Amino acid sequence: MKRPSLRSILLGLIPFAGACFSVALWDRVYPMVLGLPFNFFWLISWLLLTPLCLWGAYRVDAPRTERPPREGSGTR
Amino acid sequence: MSSSVVALTIISGIVAVGSCAGFYARSHHKMDLEQWTVGGRGFGVVLVWLLMAGEQYTTFTFLGASGWAYSKGGPVLYILAYQPLMCVVAFYILPLISEIGRKHRLQTQPDFFQVRYGSRYLSAFVALVGVVSLLPYSQLQLTGLGLIVEVASFGGIHRTPAMIIAFTIVAAFVFVSGVRGVAWVSIIKDVLLLGAAVFVGIAVPYMYFGGIGPMFAALARAKPSHLTMPGATADLGHGWYISSVLLTSAAFYMWPQFFAASFTARNGNILRRNAIVMPLYSITMPLMFIVGFTAVLVLPGMSDSNLALLTIVRKTFPAWFLGVVGGAGALTAMVPAAIQLLTGATMFAKNLCRPILAPGMTDQQVGWLARIMVLVLTAGAMLLAIHSSATLVSLLLLGYDGVAQLFPGVVLGLFSRRVTTSGVFAGLATGISITAALILTGRDPYHGLNAGFIALCFNFAVTGLVSLVTPVHAGELDATLFAVSTSENTEGASLT
Repeated sequence: MKRPSLRSILLGLIPFAGACFSVALWDRVYPMVLGLPFNFFWLISWLLLTPLCLWGAYRVDAPRTERPPREGSGTR
Repeated sequence: MSSSVVALTIISGIVAVGSCAGFYARSHHKMDLEQWTVGGRGFGVVLVWLLMAGEQYTTFTFLGASGWAYSKGGPVLYILAYQPLMCVVAFYILPLISEIGRKHRLQTQPDFFQVRYGSRYLSAFVALVGVVSLLPYSQLQLTGLGLIVEVASFGGIHRTPAMIIAFTIVAAFVFVSGVRGVAWVSIIKDVLLLGAAVFVGIAVPYMYFGGIGPMFAALARAKPSHLTMPGATADLGHGWYISSVLLTSAAFYMWPQFFAASFTARNGNILRRNAIVMPLYSITMPLMFIVGFTAVLVLPGMSDSNLALLTIVRKTFPAWFLGVVGGAGALTAMVPAAIQLLTGATMFAKNLCRPILAPGMTDQQVGWLARIMVLVLTAGAMLLAIHSSATLVSLLLLGYDGVAQLFPGVVLGLFSRRVTTSGVFAGLATGISITAALILTGRDPYHGLNAGFIALCFNFAVTGLVSLVTPVHAGELDATLFAVSTSENTEGASLT
């Protein structure tokens, strides 16, 4: 059983830093961005940035867990 | 036709189409316990995604998020933060859980504790925590469903008969089709909910203020403090935000139904890819908030904030559209409720009843007991919902914070060989007691921190300390879980 590597876990900590621990820095209304209060805009952008970080983590670990493709063995 | 008839007809139509999809799912598959609970472990990335996304957006998110935006303001943002972050947690732990599940043919969360810690009492305790936590959760779905029908009928139909009809349908399709039925109903529900959320979230502020930007500008002028934390509350500040976001993102996949959903995946990589795209699905949440924020200015002074979304839709749009939103909302209550009932019933039969009370039961008997338990739990949730009281929200919190206490046992169990059965038992008991003590005495938040988070910290500490002084027993898993394995590729071979 392969555990995630340290590099991949560090990538996963980025969204926690950005959307959780740093709340005091971005919890404000102004400047409004795209018509949204700043805190609102900030968290919405993490909906897009989190997949990027995880995709990075996937790439870091992918070579380690790659299995032979199981094409043609569909269940239906 | 009066507006209430139009709205109710459309809601019933949507519910009927959804239920047919649920029953139809059965037709291609033989329903043994394995197929019923985990879909034969053959779900690909699309079905797993639908199932997980479908379970995740319950009527509490649908009605509750807009309601919180309306009544509490800024603190509602914690929902927007935990949704991507729980996917991060899922990314790292679900593939491991799923692979163990495939190797040992696990069906439920207590099964995992059974093979990891080798104790049927720990596993039964976990099952008990799960079943007790799930009951108020399913009951909340019922209450949400009752609210929808009540608003859509303009008060013409009382919520009790509506709940009884809808939940008879839910119990029936869970009974017949199991998890596959639920996954297929999810598709209909997701399409409808997405459509309704996008349309309502954009159209409502547009019609009253000329756009989302002008709406926020007006709200920031009228109530400058509403949009940041602690918003309209006294004690939901940044400490509460951080502790709640951490607790919720840790707790989410500890709900037995979400945990077990990872067993439906064909392999671990499907779950990793699923976790990558899942945060994008949360893009509908801000739209729910926007509706709630608009209602602050348009419908001030509502007593029941959970009605904010439905009331503003009823006030703004024609009756048929209220029907579409109500139908989406009804399926949003039914899909998670179905999964919750299925999970609770399976755990009760397989992990609580058989190992402790009746060791002689065959698998087939367990399967039948699980199905009967679906009906019993439905009835239980129904009774709770009908005799509901004001403390229900705190019961849900108790459930949420309760399942969070399973986190140390799962995560330490996956990543450390040193954690022991007694350690997990002691930690879990400590965590549950502290949670119950704080929440039932109304001390949540406690000193500005989420009560479940405090309990979780103690839980981790006790688990760690007791593990250090008790002997290791890693159950059947020891060899596979902690061996330095180079033969990952043989894993698919055990799947026939």
